[in-house]
Amino acid sequence: MLATGSQTIGPYWHLILHPEWADLTRFGAVGERIGLTIGLRDGDGAPVGDAAVELWQATPPADARFPGFGRASADAEGRCRFTTIKPGPLPAAGNAWQAPHCALAIFARGLLKPLFTRVYFADEALNAEDPLLGAIADPARRASLIAKAAGPTDWAIDIVLQGANETVFLEL
Amino acid sequence: MSADMSQPPYDAPAYASTARRAPRQTLLALPAALAAASEALGPRFAPAGYPPLADLSRHAGGAALGERIIVAGRLTDEAGRPLRGAMIEIWQANAAGRYDHPQDAHDAPLDPHFHGEGRVFTDDDGAYRFVSIKPGAYPWRNHPNAWRPNHIHLSLFGAGFAQRLITQMYFPGDPLLALDPIYLAIADPAARARLVARFDLALTEPEWALGYRFDIVLRGAAATPMETP
Repeated sequence: MLATGSQTIGPYWHLILHPEWADLTRFGAVGERIGLTIGLRDGDGAPVGDAAVELWQATPPADARFPGFGRASADAEGRCRFTTIKPGPLPAAGNAWQAPHCALAIFARGLLKPLFTRVYFADEALNAEDPLLGAIADPARRASLIAKAAGPTDWAIDIVLQGANETVFLEL
Repeated sequence: MSADMSQPPYDAPAYASTARRAPRQTLLALPAALAAASEALGPRFAPAGYPPLADLSRHAGGAALGERIIVAGRLTDEAGRPLRGAMIEIWQANAAGRYDHPQDAHDAPLDPHFHGEGRVFTDDDGAYRFVSIKPGAYPWRNHPNAWRPNHIHLSLFGAGFAQRLITQMYFPGDPLLALDPIYLAIADPAARARLVARFDLALTEPEWALGYRFDIVLRGAAATPMETP
């Protein structure tokens, strides 16, 4: 049995938008609280103002105080913002580790299926050993997955759907 | 038929909005073990945190206008195993083809008794059910005289992003399906046809609502790579 076909989320998905979901700390999660601002642009450099961005992270483990999942809506400038707990390292194969990261899925009008990517953080020494980052030969492409500090507790990353600075998207 | 033929491409020229949003670079394969670790301790979706709303046919104290329908089906993985306790989000236009959404400028009336958001969870057999009204078709300016077929948006959560699915359920006999670039973006006609619900008299409730059956299959989860079918 083959999987059911994907279809676009379309422009009217905000009927299922619950803005509070963008704050993964709203139930009192413990840890280093951060803001993550994501800017989305298309192949013309235009803001993707109708995107839904979902964030999924495995650390801290999801529990009653940390949902592990968030959804945010891009604004007219193509920006959305999450508040979450900075993730920790995760196991990879053998004794290796994956650097702290959040998994992202991007849905929008014009995307018949989601784009998957990851957000890493520029201050993490483990980035140098991360197996996924290590699989990207071009340093500029690798940098497309790494958020930069935008303040004491704030991080920012640009996601480019298409073109010269296209973000690395993942096949799951 | 390859699995790829059951899924649409990013770049579908007849659907104009894909032109500047489809990535051009080859996707980077995420090894299953890395994906599994990344999502193993991830979120679980349960009614306590995400309250169900299984009747879209009433809103603000009154019954919505339109043809009342019951939509039900089973959610399974590609091996046919039921997916239990899975969250399904639902949204749709009203019977006139208008969304209760500030960006929808279609010249069709809003219905004060229809909002168009729902949420249900599958039971132990993977079954789900909700009540709504049949959504209307609406114009969308993709090409001259473009109209979307009647459809209901469904958003499904499995185990991790590998099983995440957003799709649209269509209605049998809709003449707009043969003209719709979004539906036609799935190359395999059989895979496409599985997006069309089946009228089901057994599900239909006498003197009350028409029944449509829509079964949904999610991909195998990358989060369980050690399982062999």
